Amino acid sequence: MLGKLSWAAVPFDQPIPLIAAALVGMVIIAVLAWVALKGWLPYLWREWITSVDHKRIGIMYTLLAMVMLLRGFSDAIMMRSQQAVAFQSSGYLPPEHYNQIFSAHGTLMIFFVAMPFVIGLMNFVVPLQLGVRDVAFPTLNSVGFWLTATGALLVNISLVVGEFARTGWLPYPPLSELTYSPGVGVDYYLWALEISGVGTLLSGVNLVTTVLKLHAPGMTYMRMPMFCWTTLAANLLIVAAFPVLTATLAMLLLDRYLGFHFFTNEAGGNVMMFMNLIWAWGHPEVYILILPAFGIFSEVISTFSRKPLFGYRSMVAATMVICILSFTVWLHHFFTMGAGADVNAIFGIASMIIAVPTGVKVFNWLFTMYGGRVVYSTSILWSIGFMVTFVIGGMTGVLLAVPPADFVLHNSLFLVAHFHNVIIGGVLFGAFAGYNYWFPKAFGFRLHEGLGKASFWCWILGFYLAFMPLYVLGLMGMTRRMQHYDVAAWRPWLLVAAVGAAVILVGIILQIAQLAVSIRRREALRDVTGDPWDGRSLEWATPSPPPAFNFAVLPRVEGEEAYWRIKQRARQQARLGEEPGYTEIEMPRNSPTGFICAFFATFMGFALIWHIWWMVALAALGAYATFVVFAWRDRDEDIIPAEVVARIDRANRSARSTALAQPEAAS
Amino acid sequence: MSHSEHERDKNYPDIAPGYERPEGHDAEEGIGTYLTGLGLATLLTAVSFFIARTTLVWQPSIPVALAVLAIAQMGVHLVFFLQITTGPDNVNNVMALFFGVLIVLLLLGGSLFIMAHLNQNMMPMDQIMQMQR
Repeated sequence: MLGKLSWAAVPFDQPIPLIAAALVGMVIIAVLAWVALKGWLPYLWREWITSVDHKRIGIMYTLLAMVMLLRGFSDAIMMRSQQAVAFQSSGYLPPEHYNQIFSAHGTLMIFFVAMPFVIGLMNFVVPLQLGVRDVAFPTLNSVGFWLTATGALLVNISLVVGEFARTGWLPYPPLSELTYSPGVGVDYYLWALEISGVGTLLSGVNLVTTVLKLHAPGMTYMRMPMFCWTTLAANLLIVAAFPVLTATLAMLLLDRYLGFHFFTNEAGGNVMMFMNLIWAWGHPEVYILILPAFGIFSEVISTFSRKPLFGYRSMVAATMVICILSFTVWLHHFFTMGAGADVNAIFGIASMIIAVPTGVKVFNWLFTMYGGRVVYSTSILWSIGFMVTFVIGGMTGVLLAVPPADFVLHNSLFLVAHFHNVIIGGVLFGAFAGYNYWFPKAFGFRLHEGLGKASFWCWILGFYLAFMPLYVLGLMGMTRRMQHYDVAAWRPWLLVAAVGAAVILVGIILQIAQLAVSIRRREALRDVTGDPWDGRSLEWATPSPPPAFNFAVLPRVEGEEAYWRIKQRARQQARLGEEPGYTEIEMPRNSPTGFICAFFATFMGFALIWHIWWMVALAALGAYATFVVFAWRDRDEDIIPAEVVARIDRANRSARSTALAQPEAAS
Repeated sequence: MSHSEHERDKNYPDIAPGYERPEGHDAEEGIGTYLTGLGLATLLTAVSFFIARTTLVWQPSIPVALAVLAIAQMGVHLVFFLQITTGPDNVNNVMALFFGVLIVLLLLGGSLFIMAHLNQNMMPMDQIMQMQR
């Protein structure tokens, strides 16, 4: 009846995950109960869960990323503390649990922190920057988000019911094959990523179409803000690369479920084909994460340097070159696999070439700041921290791209230090810069600057303390994923790294405090005009938070930095432009399709993991029925009357003209 | 492409480029295109099945003929079903197609190249067996 599922699946003998899960469960139940008692459930359902508004979906993506960051970070703390104590002893985490922790840490941080964070920011910002009212496929967007949430939920269910993969964040066969991983851990990993991968692909299709097809009048490609370009490049990569991941994991699923031999050692399977395919996705994935972050830094640095972005055209070119080149370097993840010098040399050189456009970008940011009046806000601190940190990470990356050096450093902590250096110092710092930068746009009040800066300093200090020792350890020969070790010389460095993780923890606590304090003091931090940073692109032309329809009248774009031109004209003439004629606006109607689809997908994934075939069939039927009901809907749009549009826009115009009269108060 | 965008902007001040215009749609014309495509695709499929088994042509030419038919089939799909044309509106679609083809070529070519070199640094099997003895 319940397939492989029984009470034995709940790990009663392992207190740590059970207690942690019980605590989290109690918090979730408490929040739900609080929301229900306050009578907010209908509001939540109407305005958020069923919302197809790109801004709401973007915020929910970001929220998912932040919650998962806490989970992923608690895994990190456990690993660092385990390695700090496990010198000539077995530490406090048994090996099978430790292996699950590092696998879950990587999986969560890449797929359910970094991905939703950048996708959330792209979703929120890009239509605003393009000067349009929504993304190309609003309901698809909602489906994509909820399927991503399903994947995250499945990974977290594995904490209590069954186990997670012990294979590392990429389940290399033959370890991940049924012979060596007979449990449900790998199945949790595979189905969570298959389902969330579909969600990511939908989101990629949606954003590519949005950037290519939806523009305000006059917004030609070469007038788009930099973030729109990096969004285009990242989502083209999603569309091209994620099917490879889905197909590769599907082959592994066929091996595990139906006895196929794609990646087995016997019957003609080839283990190495898995490495080849997974990295053919995996390397573009790195750029899917970092390109949006590059876009965020471009926006932040230009705004807070009070200058247009230096070398806009070279930035566009560099972005698109990275987009293509990212598909030519994947072998550098497995130089040691056994390929000959011809292959290794070609991919090694390609990996070094891809550092060139990245270098172009770094110089462009430096020249943007050069000669500008730099305002040291929290966002630009993250950006400067990024530039320094990322250059170090990039250079160790070029070092690893030299095949002979890679033969020494492969699978060592040097590698671990390198990719954390680029992913924390690049993607995460970018996400935090964007979070501080666009938060007032999303919620109508700024984040507390003092606490934000404090958290930045803790993060960057903690980062260097935690990861620079890993470079040293890598050179000393320590390999990754060690549950315990006997080399006395390693111990001091691991202790320093553990201290670094603790400092990062302080940074995270300060970020939570920043959010809490900002909400409490929101009236003092209120963004009245919708343009708190003296911004240059169109998202700052709307009120904060923007109304559902974004723009009362689609803005006319006459050059680069669309909003800066409008604002300069208003400043010269000391008044806003003429009030436009308001008309009614049609907006897509909210739909629970995404949530219901994901509801069924969750059951389907769970049932597939535990071989509960009747439930698989029922859930698949349910998801299909949801789609059919949606396809035959009668009404797909709501009309916002012209009076409402006029009222919202006039309120914002009056705030803006007040600010225009007192230029000092505005900044 | 930018030229046509400007022209359109004059006629449709508040409609963004790329937006579908209702009057641009002729349902019957659309169905006609699809039916032509279906006919051609069916014909090409039937010819492929026929030629694979026939003895009427010079045998070594059959694989080449099948390859030609397959490429023609792709062309029919692109033109009649995916509506890729050389028109100015189609630059995006052509670019997307080019990007897709490029990625597929890179992935296939790269994978074949890598997998062919797989055992370059491995000792020949008989020597490994010798060592294990």
